[in-house]
Amino acid sequence: MKLPDVLIPPPLKKPHKPGTDNGRNGADPLAPVKDAPADLVGWLDERTGGASFLTGMLYRKVPKGTNWFYTLGSATLFAFVVQATTGVFLAMYYDPSPTQAYASVTHLTNDVFLGEFVRGMHKWGASVMIILIYLHMARTFIFGAYKYPRELNWIIGVTLLILTMIMGFTGYLLPFDQRSFWATVVGVNINGTGPFIGPYLSDFLRAGAEFNAATLPRFYAIHMLLVPGLIIALIGAHLYLVVKLGTTAPPWLHPKRTKTTVREERV
Amino acid sequence: MNRAEKEQYLRDYELLKKQGKPFFPYAVMKDSTMALGPQADPTSTTYTPRPDWYFFFLFEVLRVLKPPYLVPLATIGIPTIAMVLLFLLPFYDRGPERRPERRPIAMSAMAMTIVVMAFLTYKGANAGPPTTVDLQVPKQYEAGKLVVGQSACLACHKIADSGNGTLAPDLTHIGSRIPRAAILRSLVAGPSIMPSFKSLGQKKLNEVANFLSYLK
Repeated sequence: MKLPDVLIPPPLKKPHKPGTDNGRNGADPLAPVKDAPADLVGWLDERTGGASFLTGMLYRKVPKGTNWFYTLGSATLFAFVVQATTGVFLAMYYDPSPTQAYASVTHLTNDVFLGEFVRGMHKWGASVMIILIYLHMARTFIFGAYKYPRELNWIIGVTLLILTMIMGFTGYLLPFDQRSFWATVVGVNINGTGPFIGPYLSDFLRAGAEFNAATLPRFYAIHMLLVPGLIIALIGAHLYLVVKLGTTAPPWLHPKRTKTTVREERV
Repeated sequence: MNRAEKEQYLRDYELLKKQGKPFFPYAVMKDSTMALGPQADPTSTTYTPRPDWYFFFLFEVLRVLKPPYLVPLATIGIPTIAMVLLFLLPFYDRGPERRPERRPIAMSAMAMTIVVMAFLTYKGANAGPPTTVDLQVPKQYEAGKLVVGQSACLACHKIADSGNGTLAPDLTHIGSRIPRAAILRSLVAGPSIMPSFKSLGQKKLNEVANFLSYLK
């Protein structure tokens, strides 16, 4: 089946014939009610310019040859949305105090309806997100999509990768079992071996010179407020640039040149 | 099994099933999700530090670079260099060519990165946590040897043929390099990336220090 190139829907409301008194002259007393949805959309559009924005975003052309590899970015975004959603539900039951954290996770896992399922989604979802980021990055690299004019979007993407790794690191401590605790102790100590800012970074993460009662709430705040906020902002910038610059075509493809296009290029 | 035993078994099994939980979602979830480990206990150090799988490659870099003066290179140097290279990729790879088959350097760099990271992740995943020291020692040092094994020292250190041993200095001849008092101080303070073992208590710390200073 051949679809038309552009699927712009018809206007919601046809302009009225001239000389019919705004279309309300007698015939249909329900006309204002029938027009209400279109009028509401029109009211919103007049004040936001949303319609032209949506038209521009949805009907912008993507280059010839766009294929399934181009969905990896959306897949990563979806993984992030899943993490955010499950994270909200986990936060409803989680208690970030060192004495209560483990008990609250146990309660969540064993007693709360579907708690284990949601926690499993969050835990495994983290791995899925990391894998999808790597695949998305490999696609970008192989297709040379980081080259002009998309250099800045590559940098934003790498920043997002690092932020996601920070999410993995800070989230790992939260269940507060032996494995996560000792891995984090060593991880923070590793940060401390860095030159100049290393020791300060470690002290900041631990909320002091050693692990103490304030450490876990700090990791929790970083994990669920600071880094997600940065990630959401940067995803916004990432998507803005994707829409503005367009996605790359597969590098093997060349545009067809006809007499007309060649003449246009010469001019 | 005679008939009575069979009936007994079936009755028991029915009761057990009645007291259990439905297969879906409970057993399905158990199969597909995870168990929570024992609660975090800062006073015990018997647990091997182990990151999530996507940090295994970083973890393994630490093991590969053995000498202590290279540790900052492994912990910060190499990851930082890799990150900077990744960030600046569009600025040093400025050729207009986008077809992968015509970018041999970029493609081989990527293949190498993937192979190295996969290899390091695999190695990191298989690094076990040994819990005993294979060494003949005089009787008075046995207690210390036991504590060293239980406290996961060998997750990072090496003693003779025991331990993964490359994350931190080799302890095989530690006694000839550092006096007993300094060993004790290190155990309490936790230098560099090592956690503090203060929580073992004075008695166990002394046993460990006795054992380690015996290793000459």
